[in-house]
Amino acid sequence: MSFIVSFVWSFVLWLVLTAGTKGMLWSTEEVIAGIIFAAIVGLSTKNIIGEKAQRFLNPAKWLGFLVYAIGPLFWGMVKANFDVAYRVITGKIKPGIVRVPVDLENEAQYTILSNSITLTPGTLTVDACPEEKALYVHWIYVRDEEPKSSEPVAGSFEKWARRLGK
Amino acid sequence: MIFTEFFYGAIVIALGAFITLIRVMLGPSVPDRVVGVDTLNTLIVAGMILLGAAYDRVIYIDIAIVYALLSYIGTLVIAKYLQGGLE
Amino acid sequence: MIKSIIYVFLAISITFNLLGSVSLHRFPDVYTRLHGATKCTTFGTIFAVLAVIVHAIWQIKETGNPKYLQMALHSLVALIALLLTNPTGAHAIAKAAHLSGYKPARAVIDAYEKKLRGEEA
Repeated sequence: MSFIVSFVWSFVLWLVLTAGTKGMLWSTEEVIAGIIFAAIVGLSTKNIIGEKAQRFLNPAKWLGFLVYAIGPLFWGMVKANFDVAYRVITGKIKPGIVRVPVDLENEAQYTILSNSITLTPGTLTVDACPEEKALYVHWIYVRDEEPKSSEPVAGSFEKWARRLGK
Repeated sequence: MIFTEFFYGAIVIALGAFITLIRVMLGPSVPDRVVGVDTLNTLIVAGMILLGAAYDRVIYIDIAIVYALLSYIGTLVIAKYLQGGLE
Repeated sequence: MIKSIIYVFLAISITFNLLGSVSLHRFPDVYTRLHGATKCTTFGTIFAVLAVIVHAIWQIKETGNPKYLQMALHSLVALIALLLTNPTGAHAIAKAAHLSGYKPARAVIDAYEKKLRGEEA
């Protein structure tokens, strides 16, 4: 199973990188070489990619990622950049590292949530502790020294991360 | 054929890279310099993409992809070294 | 029309990239500098890539040369690589700086420091 997943993704990446070799499409040689190289990559990484790898092939999940990236994440980044621009110009900061309790199950969800937090207004993940179910977040303008949930820090991102990383 | 608007954009980004380089040289502590180098990497990728469009060469953009991935590995190695050795 | 879209995207990209490099000089310590550097340069690069993609699609319509299809797709791949790696790198630097003993300047609260000391004691 993990061989098929990494084969499919290497082959898709190869097709994206070699599009336009024959008109707007692919020439036969490129496709054959792509199959060979994707098989090599798949064989050599099949022990590294874990058991639950087939969730990476679920198209509904990739549609969810696309909607998430274009909708809430991009809007959060727009807000974040105007926030940082305001702080660069005025120099008004009140930094601090706060502990944010979160309710997530696996590591993919922690990765999605902490990367989203880093790209959104005024927050930067310093460390994630799955064993005590908490994130340590550097906040550029502390509004709440001991938040009870991730709502004041991350808005609705925890819900999205829980749904996407399942 | 040179597309001048992308070329001027790349020049301004090079100016930003120069401002970043001042922080890398001044930086009082090691993490300050690492932050500077990380910013410099992102700016170089942006500049390479713009130069690729300006000079009409796709190969510059290919180099930008490889540079982005390799600079990430470099940042991770420096961070690992800073926090106390490679375990 | 398409020229003006490209100009707007390039202007946004240049503004935020310059803002990111200026923020390295405006902020007092490593963590706040990481805020400015990561967010602004990522956002600036997104708009630089968007400008290149709009330009490439326009050129495909004008000339029909498959080189421009490659240009659009390859810059998209570079953008995805940056989007995945940039926040992770920032997190790695922040954690490494804290573990190697650089305290956040002017901090009102430092919960991570408390946690580290609690484990040592």
